[in-house]
Amino acid sequence: MNSLYKLLVQRLALGLLSLFAVAVIIFLAVGMLPGDVAEAMLGQAATPETVAALRAQLGLDVPALTRFGQWAWHLLHGDLGVSLANQRPIAELIASRLANTFSLAALAALVSVPVALLLGILAALYRNSWFDRLLNTSALSAVSFPEFFVAYILILVFAVKLNWLPSISNLAPGASFGEVLERSLLPVLTLSLVVVAQMMRMTRAALINLLASPYIEMARLKGISPARIIFRHALPNALAPIINVVALNLAYLVVGVVVVEVVFVYPGLGQLLVDSVAKRDIPVVQACSLIFAATYILLNTTADVLSIASNPRLMHPKG
Amino acid sequence: MTQVNIQKPLLEIRDLRIEGHYEDAWHPLLKGIDLTLQRGEVLGLIGESGAGKSTLGLASMGYVRDGCRITGGSVRFDGMELVGARAEALRKLRGLRIAYVAQSAAASFNPAHRLIDQHVETAVKNGGIDRAQAEAEAVELYRVLRLPNPEQIGQRYPHQVSGGQLQRVMTAMAIACHPDLIVFDEPTTALDVTTQIEVLAAIRDVVKTYGSAALYISHDLAVVAQMADRIMVLRHGKLVEEADTRSMLNAPQQEYTKSLWAVRSFRTDPKICAAQQRPLLEVRQACASYGQQPVLHDVSLTLHRGQTLAVIGESGSGKSSTARLITGLLPPTAGQVLYDGEALPADFRRRSKEQLRRIQMIYQIPDTALNPRQRIVDIIGRPLTFYLGLKGQAMRKRVAELLEMIELDPAVYMERQPRELSGGQKQRICIARALAAEPQLIICDEVTSALDQLVAEGVLKLLNRIQQQLGVAYLFITHDVATVRAIADQVLVMQRGRVVDHGSRDAIFSPPYRDYTGLLFSSEPEMDPDWLNRLLASRAAPSTLQPV
Amino acid sequence: MSLFKQLLRAPLSAKFGLAVIVLYVLVALFAPVLAPYGETQVVGEGFAPWGSEFLLGTDNLGRDMFSRLVYGARNTLGIAFLTTVLAFALGGFCGLVAAIKGGWVDQGLSRVVDILMAIPQLIFALLILSVVGTTATSLVLVIALLDATRVFRLSRAVAMTVVVQDFVEAARLRGEGLWWLVSREVLPNAAAPLIAEFGLRFCFVFLFISALSFLGLGIQPPTADWGSMVRDNAVLITFGDISPLLPALAVALITVSVNFVVDWVLHASSGLKEC
Repeated sequence: MNSLYKLLVQRLALGLLSLFAVAVIIFLAVGMLPGDVAEAMLGQAATPETVAALRAQLGLDVPALTRFGQWAWHLLHGDLGVSLANQRPIAELIASRLANTFSLAALAALVSVPVALLLGILAALYRNSWFDRLLNTSALSAVSFPEFFVAYILILVFAVKLNWLPSISNLAPGASFGEVLERSLLPVLTLSLVVVAQMMRMTRAALINLLASPYIEMARLKGISPARIIFRHALPNALAPIINVVALNLAYLVVGVVVVEVVFVYPGLGQLLVDSVAKRDIPVVQACSLIFAATYILLNTTADVLSIASNPRLMHPKG
Repeated sequence: MTQVNIQKPLLEIRDLRIEGHYEDAWHPLLKGIDLTLQRGEVLGLIGESGAGKSTLGLASMGYVRDGCRITGGSVRFDGMELVGARAEALRKLRGLRIAYVAQSAAASFNPAHRLIDQHVETAVKNGGIDRAQAEAEAVELYRVLRLPNPEQIGQRYPHQVSGGQLQRVMTAMAIACHPDLIVFDEPTTALDVTTQIEVLAAIRDVVKTYGSAALYISHDLAVVAQMADRIMVLRHGKLVEEADTRSMLNAPQQEYTKSLWAVRSFRTDPKICAAQQRPLLEVRQACASYGQQPVLHDVSLTLHRGQTLAVIGESGSGKSSTARLITGLLPPTAGQVLYDGEALPADFRRRSKEQLRRIQMIYQIPDTALNPRQRIVDIIGRPLTFYLGLKGQAMRKRVAELLEMIELDPAVYMERQPRELSGGQKQRICIARALAAEPQLIICDEVTSALDQLVAEGVLKLLNRIQQQLGVAYLFITHDVATVRAIADQVLVMQRGRVVDHGSRDAIFSPPYRDYTGLLFSSEPEMDPDWLNRLLASRAAPSTLQPV
Repeated sequence: MSLFKQLLRAPLSAKFGLAVIVLYVLVALFAPVLAPYGETQVVGEGFAPWGSEFLLGTDNLGRDMFSRLVYGARNTLGIAFLTTVLAFALGGFCGLVAAIKGGWVDQGLSRVVDILMAIPQLIFALLILSVVGTTATSLVLVIALLDATRVFRLSRAVAMTVVVQDFVEAARLRGEGLWWLVSREVLPNAAAPLIAEFGLRFCFVFLFISALSFLGLGIQPPTADWGSMVRDNAVLITFGDISPLLPALAVALITVSVNFVVDWVLHASSGLKEC
């Protein structure tokens, strides 16, 4: 078990390390990139005084290391700083939106993961049949579509033509659960469509790769039933690649929400990020980026840990 | 079991034709094969690569690989037609009445499950046998096959068990449901010779004890001779010759069969070495390791001009590491390499062009040793340009000379790409590329082991002729005793990273043998159906054979 | 087999894809000839309907939709292509060198890429663009740099499978230099997957830039660009008018086409693997 623990600890440490490195990059990008941010942000209104004031507010007048130390210290105490645009504490701005975004992504994951895995397994089982071809061509098309295209087509069909669902998902605070669900349906559908296609393709590829291995041929030559070959002989070995596929797509989902939120005017973190970039509200951008990046790293690390743990060679070492 | 008709053959294949799909077209793999197998009989199928022996073996189970199809003929097993039979019907036969033993047990066991679970799977799922009983029988079989720890070994995962033991477990698994027929598809090809003995003995025991019929597929005639009652020789998907084992060995009828038999008789003339001469290559007490893993301990060797030094050993013996040490790919942790009395820098990147030029290398697998995107003239021409500064017409002229030396027509082959050549031709191109640098020493790393026997013999003869013409020295790395006997002047035997024996060919091959050398040589199968019996009888104490 | 013959035997989807790609390139090249009006020329009322005067109507500011679609091909394709080429030059070269050199060169480059890839691409791009501003140059450079990390991973992986082969070792032992190893031994054998990756990367960059433009953070007005055209005219969709979907459809069509062609190239170069 020793080598397994060693690998797991290594992987977790690597996750923490990248999180730290990412925090450094996100924070220092502001100071390191060419040009004076303060001047650029103020544009026409830049006078030496206003620039100096903004620089002070951004902390650009103190050395980078100190600045990072202070920021990290505040961060650890839950203080994300203050928005430049409206002077409100960022934590307050983010709190409700964060929940919205995560629930949107979680709903989409709940729909897409089982569907994608099922379709992927079926496509691999009946590979090169008309069913597989159809699925493949549609998946290939779906991954090639920009999210906003999918989103507007769904709006056109379900909101404008059929008038079944609202085209805009601007949740009022205190809306009932049913209302929330109704308003989230189109964004969830959009996200799911794109992710299902990707995930299904990857699952199919991973399984087909595996079905070509000698031990699957051996199972066939032992007279094992096709269903048992898939579930008992192929799937346990496909766990690691499938876990990776799922994690990769969940990570994508968390990022993919940005565009979808904008299309549907969904009050989430993505929309806040886009607005803040447009307004150059750098502290908010930093905070949002850090949250997205942390989620992304967390998902990837979890996937790695799970696929290490599902490897029989590591679970049952020699000796 | 079902009603058995003793008169009828167990397996009857008539005019079987199978095609495979590659390079966008269907190509015949089996061109009308007839085969009859009686109950309890062991039939050997031998042939070189592409003969269709594996395809035939699988077809006898009613199985064709993806990308292949049966285009004609019939396969009748115990009266039942397997060609075109329903998948469900075939499934009921496989594992229960016809079992399969694959070449690589390591790849053919599912890494995710314990051996015992895989062993009893067919018996429990399809044979309706109680699991506890199936497991008890499995343990009994492991005991019969003299696997270490028969009660425990089934609880292990495939990667926790050595290759030779795994192959025996797979044989045990095949016999689990007492099948009428077992197909052995090159079951010992991936093993070292000393390990092979154990597996061969196990297979024969099992077949004899349970009275199963067997198809034994191999490219190695000497191995088949130990196992089979009758032998079929296949070539290019057709039957060449068929006879019972003894008459086939003693009086082969067809030219092709005779030439296969004759391969092992090739011998080079020993070359006299002036002892006073300064050695061309000398390795002094070299040690080396990959990371933390030591691979060479205190290895020393000397090689004189125009001589052949054969380095023989099994996998993990350090013979290839020795080659890498000399070429500078694996810098030693202690000791040194001397060329013509002068110490070579340990790392090839610090060696001069001239030092690099004088030692050339030929690899085991010619397919990966030639850049598939270059023409033959580029491949052989590059060392000419790089080392000797030949360009344009001068370079082409020299390439043509080299092609003639390796017996390939320059007009035909100069502009070709490697993929248009056969395996043997590719290996010849590799030889020409090495010769282009005009080296004094060529390291040959298992250069014939990926080739069919006849082709390999041609390559050995060519290397010998070149040595006589040019006086180049060879460091010949191999696992094959027969090759060493054919070409070596001096022999070095390695085991687990150490030199365990060395001397001239005559000295090494005459008794008394040192322990390991004796084990190695006696494990090499001989063309005599009684060889295995004699060997097993002479090795009274089987415990010394256990692979460590 | 000649290229033309292979083309004839290609599946319908690949032929369709190739035809669309050729069409797009022609439109991009001859945009000024094909477009009836100027790229930024205001020619009438906003949101004019489809008709003989304005084939596809006008946009929110009264510019001809059709003309802007045609110019959009030039702008969006051009920027995406340039970005992909840059990403390949940087990431591809570093990947090959890392694979061939190994050791600390490989370790160093790989760790830097690991860290850069730990940040989601869109988020990273938004962060940097918020600081340096969204000019066309910064857009190209930022996306090229971010995509270079992906290209690095792939080209390193592909090159690794080549580097371990004996003919590369033979070339090393001959004493060949880095340039020979990269250009003569490794690159020719890594070409097929790299070409396919170029197609996929191009799609990705294309979608990425369109998404940024759609968010208002990509190619800036008044330059005609498909992503921002969707954004500017999106309001029409709620009235059931499909004009704003046309630029989105244009994006979808080219990426689907490239994907079809790449799928075919990969399938053809993998030989009999999947039968």
